[in-house]
Amino acid sequence: MKMAETSVSSQAVFDPGRGIRKRKRNELKYGLLFASPVLLGYLLFVLGPLLFTFALGFTEYSMVGSPKFVGMDNFVRLFSGREPLFYDATVSTLYYVFVSVPLGIAFSFILAMLLNSKIKGQSFFRGLFFLPVVIPLAASSVIWLWMLQPDFGIVNYVLGLLHLPKSSWLSSDTTVIPTLILFSLWLTGNTMVIFLAGLQNIPSHLYEALEVDGGHTLHKIWYITLPMCSPIIFFNTVIGLVNAFQTFVQPSVMTQGGPDNASYLIVYYLFKEGFQFTKFGTASAVASLLFLVVLLCTFVLFRFSNSLVYYEGRERER
Amino acid sequence: MILRRTVGRICLYAILSLGGFIFVFPFYWMLRTAFTGMEGLFTIPPDIIPNTFQFDNFAEALSSSPFGLYFWNSTVVTVLSVAGVLLSGSVCAYSFSRISWPGRDKIFGFILTGLMLPFFVVMIPHFLGWKLLHLTDTLVPLIAPAWFGGGVFNIFLLRQFFLTIPREMDEAAKMDGAGHFRIYWNIIMPIGKQALIVVGMLTFLANWNDYLAPMVFISSEKNYTLMLGLTLFQGTYTAQWHLMMAATSIIVLPSLAVFLIGQRFFVEGIAMSGVKG
Repeated sequence: MKMAETSVSSQAVFDPGRGIRKRKRNELKYGLLFASPVLLGYLLFVLGPLLFTFALGFTEYSMVGSPKFVGMDNFVRLFSGREPLFYDATVSTLYYVFVSVPLGIAFSFILAMLLNSKIKGQSFFRGLFFLPVVIPLAASSVIWLWMLQPDFGIVNYVLGLLHLPKSSWLSSDTTVIPTLILFSLWLTGNTMVIFLAGLQNIPSHLYEALEVDGGHTLHKIWYITLPMCSPIIFFNTVIGLVNAFQTFVQPSVMTQGGPDNASYLIVYYLFKEGFQFTKFGTASAVASLLFLVVLLCTFVLFRFSNSLVYYEGRERER
Repeated sequence: MILRRTVGRICLYAILSLGGFIFVFPFYWMLRTAFTGMEGLFTIPPDIIPNTFQFDNFAEALSSSPFGLYFWNSTVVTVLSVAGVLLSGSVCAYSFSRISWPGRDKIFGFILTGLMLPFFVVMIPHFLGWKLLHLTDTLVPLIAPAWFGGGVFNIFLLRQFFLTIPREMDEAAKMDGAGHFRIYWNIIMPIGKQALIVVGMLTFLANWNDYLAPMVFISSEKNYTLMLGLTLFQGTYTAQWHLMMAATSIIVLPSLAVFLIGQRFFVEGIAMSGVKG
C-alpha cells in the first residue's frame, strides 16, 4: 500500500503514462486485497509463531507469570545429557526417519512401476493401495494395534500358520520401531500415486528407442525410468522426510512412547514436554532444533539433487 | 517368449493381488471384530468369518460415550474449514494467478516456504496465542486458520489450475465492465470447479482425520472431536476389542465415503501436486 501512495505524490500534472500507472496501482490494490487472507495468515500463523518459538527456546516458561530469559540453558541441558528422554527420542526418531523414508520411497516406486505395466484394473489397484491414506491415522493405528497383539492378534496367528517366526511387534523395545516402519509402508499410497503420475508422463518413444537398440527391462529402468523420474523421487523424498519427522499419532495412540521409551518419537516428546509438563521453554527449544534439522535435510537434498536430478528443461518452462 | 510373458503377467497379478489384499485386510478385520461378540475375540483359531452378526456392539459403543456429540463437533470443524479454505484460498489463488501486481511472484515464492513448516514447530505459540484470546478449548483454533488462505498447499493447487484458464476470458469480461470481484466469482470460480472439488476433499480429510491439533487445543470432553473421542474410548475399554472396532468402524466410515465418491478427483489432485509442482 505504501508504494501506491508514494507514486501518487510523485505524479506530474500532465503525464501521458498516467492511465497505465493508474491501472497498475489499481492492480496492486486489488492484488493485495485479494491476497490479504494469506498474507495475514502467513504473519499470524507462520512467521510470527515461528519467531516466537525461536524466542521461547531461550526462556523458561510454564504459563505462570511471564517467560524468564535463561540464555542457552535449555539447549545446554538438552545436550549435556541431563534430559535422557530427549536423547532416547532423538535416537529413535533418527532411526525411524532414516530407515522408513528410503524404504518407503523404494517400496512405493516399485509398486508404481508394477501398476504402470499396462495391467487391467489399474485404477482399481491404485485405489486399493491409496485407501489407507484417507483413513484417519488414529483409527488405523487402533486397528493395527489390535491385529499386532502378540498373543491374540491375527498377524501372529497367520505367521504361525505359515510356520514363520512370530514377533512381539509393538510390545518389545527392539521390535517397536521396525514395526512402526512397516506400518509406515502401509501408508505410502500418496507417494505411490505421485510416482505413478510421473511414470505415465514418460514419453513411450524413449522406451521404443531402447528396445530397437536391444535393451531389456533392467536397462529401461536404469537408463530411462530412473533418470526421468528423478525430480519426482527428489520431491517425494523431501516431503517424506518432513512427514516422517512429524510422526505423532502412532506413538501417541499405539505405544505411548513405549515399551521402555523405545518409540518416544521426538514430536511426541515435544508434545509431552509442552502440554503435559507445561515446560514451554524446553519444548520450544526442541521445536527450534527440530525445525533446523528439517531445514538442513531439505537443504542438503537440494544441493545433492543438482548433480543427480535430471530436469527436462522444465526449470525454464516454469 | 510368449510363455515367459504369460508367466510374468501371472506373477504380476499375483503380487498385486496379494499386496492389495494386505492393504485392505485391516478394514475387513475391523468389521469382522466389530461383529463378533466378546467370546469370539480370543478364540484360536480365530473365525475368519464372524459366527454371529452382532449389531449390539455398535449400539453399545455408541451409547457408552457421547459419540453423537463428537460427531457433531467434527462435522462443525470440518464443514466450516472446508468453506473457509474454498473461499479464502480461491481468493488468494485468484490474486496470485489473475491479477498482475508488482512483486506478486516473489511474494508467492516467499509464502510457499510455509509448506516447509510443520505444525509442531509452531504449536506452542499457536496455543499461547489462542489462550490469550480465551479461545483454547473451543473449536475456533481448529477452524480459524482455514479462513486465512487455508494452507499454502491449497492455494498452490488452485493457482496452478487458475493459471491454465485462458486470459481472454478475463479480458472479455473486463471489456464488459466487470471488476475483479465479478471476474473471480462469475468466471474463474465456475471454471475452477474441478480444482475446488479436489481442494475441498483434501481439506475435508485433513480436518476430519486431524489428531494433533485437537489434542493441543481441546481439553474438555464436550468439545472433543471424533479422533479424541476414540482415544478416550481406547483408554476406558482396553482389551474390549469388539467395542473398539465398532467405534473405529463408525469413525472410518465418513472418510471412506468421501474417498469412494471422489476417488478420481482425489488421486488426480494428489498426482497433479507432485508432477507439476
